Amino acid sequence: MSVSLTIDGKAVTAEAGAPLIDVAADNGVYIPSLCYMRGKPCLGTCRVCSVKINGHVATACTVKVADGMHVSVSDPEVADMRKALVEANFSEGNHNCPSCEKSGRCELQAVGYELEIVVSRFTYQFPERSREDAAQYLFLERDRCIFCQRCVEFVRDAQTGQKIFSIRGRGTTAQIELDVDLANKMTPAEAARAADLCPVGAIIEKGLGYNDPMGQRKFDVKSLRERVLEGEQL
Amino acid sequence: MTNATTAIVERYGSDRTRLMDMLWDVQRDHGYLPQDALEDLASALSISANDVLETASFYHFFQTKPFGRHAIYLCDSVMGRNRGHASIRATLETETGTAFGSASALFGLDDTNCIGLSDQEPAMMVDDVVFTKLTPNRVRDIIKALKLGTPAEQIANPGGHARSSRSYVESMVDCNIHQDGPVFFKPGIDYRAVLESCLALTPDEVIVSVTESNIRGRGGAGFPTGLKWRLARDAAGAEKHIICNADEGEPGTFKDRVLLTASPMDVLLGMVISGFGVGSRSGIIYLRAEYWYLKDYLEAQLASMRADGLLGQNILGTDFSFDIRIQMGAGAYVCGDETALIESCEGKRGTPRVKPPFPIQTGYLGQPTVVNNVETFASVTRILEMGAGWFAALGTDASSGTRLLSVSGDCDRPGIYEIEWGTTLNDVLALVGATNPKAVQISGPSGECVSVAQDGARKLCHSDLACNGSFMIFDHSRDLLEVARQFTHFFVDESCGICTPCRAGGVAMLGKIDRVIAGRACQEDLDACQSWGQLMHRTSRCGLGTTAAKPILTTLQKFPELYAAKLQELGHGLRPSFDMEEAVSHYDEIVRAIETEAAQ
Repeated sequence: MSVSLTIDGKAVTAEAGAPLIDVAADNGVYIPSLCYMRGKPCLGTCRVCSVKINGHVATACTVKVADGMHVSVSDPEVADMRKALVEANFSEGNHNCPSCEKSGRCELQAVGYELEIVVSRFTYQFPERSREDAAQYLFLERDRCIFCQRCVEFVRDAQTGQKIFSIRGRGTTAQIELDVDLANKMTPAEAARAADLCPVGAIIEKGLGYNDPMGQRKFDVKSLRERVLEGEQL
Repeated sequence: MTNATTAIVERYGSDRTRLMDMLWDVQRDHGYLPQDALEDLASALSISANDVLETASFYHFFQTKPFGRHAIYLCDSVMGRNRGHASIRATLETETGTAFGSASALFGLDDTNCIGLSDQEPAMMVDDVVFTKLTPNRVRDIIKALKLGTPAEQIANPGGHARSSRSYVESMVDCNIHQDGPVFFKPGIDYRAVLESCLALTPDEVIVSVTESNIRGRGGAGFPTGLKWRLARDAAGAEKHIICNADEGEPGTFKDRVLLTASPMDVLLGMVISGFGVGSRSGIIYLRAEYWYLKDYLEAQLASMRADGLLGQNILGTDFSFDIRIQMGAGAYVCGDETALIESCEGKRGTPRVKPPFPIQTGYLGQPTVVNNVETFASVTRILEMGAGWFAALGTDASSGTRLLSVSGDCDRPGIYEIEWGTTLNDVLALVGATNPKAVQISGPSGECVSVAQDGARKLCHSDLACNGSFMIFDHSRDLLEVARQFTHFFVDESCGICTPCRAGGVAMLGKIDRVIAGRACQEDLDACQSWGQLMHRTSRCGLGTTAAKPILTTLQKFPELYAAKLQELGHGLRPSFDMEEAVSHYDEIVRAIETEAAQ
C-alpha cells in the first residue's frame, strides 16, 4: 500500500511500513545516523537520525512511514539536536582522527564533517579504556567505541550462531567484549566484514591500516551523504 | 560440567529465557557467580560465556567476584541520607572491617539505590532479608551476631515465623497504612464470588467493565487499562501473557510492597481477571530483588489459590486455565520500563526495546503481552467486585478511582495513604503532618519537584499533578540542590547505557550540577542544562532517559533563586569553572621533573 507524506515540505509517496530514514534517502533527503544500516533491523541506539514528525521528535530509523506524516528534517531545533548527539559521542570516547586507521572510512568522522562539527559542546571525558588484542585477525580499540551495537547484533559465529561481540556491564561503564576463541574461528574475510561493519575505528583488522592515501579513502572518493542517498548499504 | 550446574539448568528445562533464575541459583550455591559456573551455563545453553556475562553483569545484585558470606547492601537514597545514612555506613565499615564496594571473607558491602523502604530508613538488605530504622547500635548488634554465625534471617525474624507467613514479612518491615479508602486494603472480600461472577461474563464484558471504570494504569504513564487489554485481546497471537510489574524501583515509592503484603489476593486475582479478559493462560509477577523477603509469602498465596481452584487448570471448573509464576529481578531500575522488564523476563539485559512494536503486539517471547502495575491489578479486583460505575464515580472525570501515596520525608506520619484523585497538595501535607514543608518531590526523581508555596493548591490527578505514588517531603532545612544532584546521580547509575542522550547527557548534567554546587558555574551552565535537558527529554529511547534531566530542570524552574545564589560572573573572560592553578600545576611538575633529570 502506498502512503503520502511530506518531508521538508516536499510531497512524497512511499510504501507503507518502510523505515522513514530510507524513504527520506530515496527522495534526496540525507538524515545522518551512526547505528542504522540499510536493510538490517534498526538498532535505535545513537538517536542521531532524530527528526520532527508532526512536531514531535522521533528517530527516523524506528519510525515507519504512514499516511499524512509531516516530517521536518531541516528544522533548526532538531538539526541542532542531531549535531549535539554526534558531539556527545565525540566527548565520550578518545577520538584522534589523524592517527586512526579508520580515518577516511569512519562514519563518525564523516558525519562530523557533514554536520560541520568543530568541537564538542560537551566536556570531553577522556575515559581510560582497555584494549582487547588477543584475537588473531582483529583488535578491539575501545577508546573509539560509540556503543552502537552493530557488532553485538549483526556478527555471529558461522557455525554455532553464538555472539562473538557482547556487552559487559551497564550504563557509562558498559563495554564491548570480544570472544577471542570465537573470533579466532573467523576467516580473514569474516573478520574484515566485522571491521567494516564498525562505524568507527573500534574494530580494526590487524596488520592493515593507512592503505589508501588521503584523497583516495572511502569517504574522500565519495562522501557519506552521497552514498546514503544512493541507497548504499554502508 | 558440575552436577550442581547441570541440575540448575535442568530445573528450568534448559531454557535460555530462564537465565535470570539460573544465575540466582548459581549465586545462591556459591555466594557469587564463578567464571567456571558461567562457562558451564553457557555450554549447557549453547551460548557463548560472554553472552551469559552480558546478562549477569547488567544487574547490580549479581556478583562476578567473591562477595563474602553475607552480602550487605545499604540503601543510599535521599530519604536515607536525610535519616542518618552516613553514620550507618561508617558503622558498617568499622564493624565489618570492610570498605564499601569491596568484600572480605565474611562480608561484601555495597551501596544500592532505593529499596522501597523510604518510610523506615535507614535500611539495608543482608542476604535475603532487610533491616529497617537502623541505628549505629543496631548495626553493631547485627554484625556481631553475623560474626557469631547467626543467619541474617534469624536476626531479622527472631520470632521464627515461617517465610511463607505475613508475620515473617512484618517482623522486618512495617506496612504503615495510615489511611485506607474505598478501594484498597478491604478485609473480607469474597474472592471466589468475585471470580465466579467475573467468569460468568464473557471476556469482552470483563474488558468493557474495566474500560467503563475509566481506570488508568497506576505505573505512572496513565494509559487506560481497558484499552490496553482490548488491544492485547485483539492482537494476533496464539499465546498471550499477563505481567504484573512489581519492580517498584522509583525512589520514594513503596505502596506496591504494602499491597503485596497486606492485600496480595487483590493483586493476584486482578491478574487472573486480566488473563480471562485478554485470553491468556500465563501470568508473571516480576518482583524486584529488593523484595526477596516477599517471595515465599507470595508463593504461598499462589499455592492456596491453586488449592482453592482460583488458579491453575480449569479455574472454578470452567475451561479457563491460567497460572502465575514469580520472576525475580536482580537490581536494575530500568526494568520498571515494560519492555526492559520483558527482556529481563526472557533472561537478557534489561535494555528497553525499540518501540513500536509495543508489548500488546510483540511482548514476552514475541507474543501479545499486557504489563500492568501492582496497584492496577488490585484496583481491577475491586472494580469487578463493586462495579465499574462505583469506581468511575470516585476521583475526577479524567482520573477515576483512588491513588495510593507512598509518603516519606519530613512529616510526622510517613507511610501509605489512599486518597481520591483531585486531593490538593496542601490537603495531603496536612494529613501526613508536614509542619514546615518547602518542596515535594512528586512521582520520584522521574517526576517533578514542586514548591509548596507556589503549588499547594494544585490537585493530584492526571491532568495536573499526575502522581505515580511517590511523595517525598522536604522541609526548609533541606538542601534541594544536593537532592537534585543525588537524583541526577541516580539516573546516571541506573542508565542502561544503550542510547547516546541518556548515557552521555546524564554525565553532562551531573557535571553541571556539581559545578553549581561548587560555586563555579555561570549563567552559561544553566542555559546548557536547559538545552541538554531538552535533548535528553526529546531524543532518549525510554522513559529513564526522557525524565533523567527533570531533577535539575524542575528545581531550576521552581527554585531558581537557589541556583542564582551559586552563580559566578565571567571573570577576565574566563569561565568560573576554569581553575588556572589546577590547569598549570602539571606544567610546573613537568618542568621540575625535567630539571631534576637534567641535574642528575
